[in-house]
Amino acid sequence: MSIAAHLPALQVVLPLISAPLAVLLRRRDLAFWMVTAAAWAAFATAIQLWLQVAAGGTISYHIGSWPPPWGIEYRIDRLTSFVLLLVSGMAAVMLPYARSSIEREIPQESHYLFYAMFGLCLAGLLGITITGDAFNIFVFLEISSLATYVLIALGRDRRALTAAYQYLIMGSIGATFIVIGIGFLYLTTGTLNLADMASRLRGVESSRPVLAALAFLTVGISLKLALFPLHQWLPNAYTYAPSPVTAFLAATATKVSVYVLIRFYFSVFGESLVYERLPLPQIMLGLSLLAMFGASFIAIFQNNLKRLFAYSSVGQIGYITLGLSFDSVNGLTASIVHLFNHGIAKGAIFLLIGGIAVGIATPGAVSPAPTSPKGAGRREAAVPSNAREAATPHTFDRLAGLAQRMPLTCFGIVLGGLSLIGVPGTAGFISKWYLILAALEQGQFWLVGAILLSSLLAVAYVWHFIEVAYFRAPPVGQVARKEAPLAMLIPAWLLIAATIWFGLDTSVTVGTALDAARQLMDKAQ
Amino acid sequence: MLDHFGYVVTVFLMVAGLFIVIARGNLIKKLIGLSIFQTSVYLLYIVPGKLIGGTAPIISPQFSVYSNPLPHVLILTAIVVGVATLALGLALAVRIREAYDSIEEDEILMRDQTADASEGVNT
Repeated sequence: MSIAAHLPALQVVLPLISAPLAVLLRRRDLAFWMVTAAAWAAFATAIQLWLQVAAGGTISYHIGSWPPPWGIEYRIDRLTSFVLLLVSGMAAVMLPYARSSIEREIPQESHYLFYAMFGLCLAGLLGITITGDAFNIFVFLEISSLATYVLIALGRDRRALTAAYQYLIMGSIGATFIVIGIGFLYLTTGTLNLADMASRLRGVESSRPVLAALAFLTVGISLKLALFPLHQWLPNAYTYAPSPVTAFLAATATKVSVYVLIRFYFSVFGESLVYERLPLPQIMLGLSLLAMFGASFIAIFQNNLKRLFAYSSVGQIGYITLGLSFDSVNGLTASIVHLFNHGIAKGAIFLLIGGIAVGIATPGAVSPAPTSPKGAGRREAAVPSNAREAATPHTFDRLAGLAQRMPLTCFGIVLGGLSLIGVPGTAGFISKWYLILAALEQGQFWLVGAILLSSLLAVAYVWHFIEVAYFRAPPVGQVARKEAPLAMLIPAWLLIAATIWFGLDTSVTVGTALDAARQLMDKAQ
Repeated sequence: MLDHFGYVVTVFLMVAGLFIVIARGNLIKKLIGLSIFQTSVYLLYIVPGKLIGGTAPIISPQFSVYSNPLPHVLILTAIVVGVATLALGLALAVRIREAYDSIEEDEILMRDQTADASEGVNT
């Protein structure tokens, strides 16, 4: 058989194999090229699959030629192909960035481990998305989560360790809730294949194990996607992780969790159970509004740029779940489009913020990362004051007048911020447009007001950055222009350009999302 | 009650594990709680897979009742995941101990807060 028939398997297998190979190769350049080549191949595969699904409809791939429901099935519909595109595309753009970024953030001898973990994380996220098997979702979820904990712990600040530990506890509780939910579904239906499960659930939807499964899955996945009251792990993890890790997580990890939620709600439980017989939409609506207002409000008062945008992420996830609460094609479209648009915009912003750490460093403060293994373990004790300074370059008092020194970086962050606000001409506008359409469709005019009002909060926190970077006088003696290296600027600006592009030409994003939403809603009825 | 003995044990372990994770401030004890919580799920899957008097699912004219092997295989994977999570958690606890000289959550929090205060970070 030709390779083309096995693209769905290759999509996951290539990054998965690249990780152990990177460990075996050990040399950091080889490891870098290994994982990057795998990520690019995964991106090419995702594009190919996206085209195939757009032309020929849903692809079903049987692992080992065992037919479902006995064997594991990889199932790619419009939504799957869209999320695959986002995840693999982000990895393909961010790996070249990571190469020059981690020079300063991670001890050289553990670079190959960084690439291995990145490859595993990518493989896990792609696996969650592509698989049509419930238990497979859990396994891939844990592969990506475990890799993520390690990646976060690689941050230079010691608080990265506690952030990773906290995320490990919360993430494992979430994953265990998910596996309990899957367990109840398996006990009820006797199958693990999602499509088969959905057909066997017809008629027994209201039985107690199924309702318990729905509850466990909702809470577990909500922990993973950082729905408002369950978001405590997120700000610290984003703030102290190395910059390429923050960018990759913000752009993909929570988005894939949203995808899993959509998959279970619409493809397994079915719309009638989730939306008509239970008060879930109301709960979702309330929590989304809390996220949109609460988290954005907290973001305004942050004194650390990375933490500010971390809270903004929690707020933006509120818009995605708000779209889910509508139970309409437009609402679902808004969710899917925002999942993509916010992923790109937030990824770009975090990449640019990573560049600031390089540009702002006074000579000597950012020395190459410690090289001895001892130094890695006891970094606080070894380099006390300088390392601490280098680890927190994102507090606002150090960013005063930054626009004079790093005009390109600052302008990029402003453009990304405009997309978070939802200014016309940026990708963020498109998602808010569909959210408002969905709200109007159901005659909830107060919700339109709420969406617009919460956008004002986004204006406030983006303005906080603009005010500091553009209107405050830079510290004396630090006016020399020094941008981040091109290897870091180009990927970041590529994503900023994509944010503008998808704000003007929506045929790819809205086209796919609308199709995917229709497909999901049709199947659910 | 006795009919559901397996489920009673499962629920007890589940709640006890989750309680330990939430109530204890010691990083190692939290991980032990997490392990107990995860172990309860192993039982949740395996208990219904076993039929009293059932045998291994190799078809033979002598037997008519078979146990379902799939839950065992699934849980084998889940056990591996649990071990990996515990190992990573313990490794992080070791590194935290090196960086903070403590594995008590409140002490670590206090040290971060004093460090933040000296930096002027608003958390």
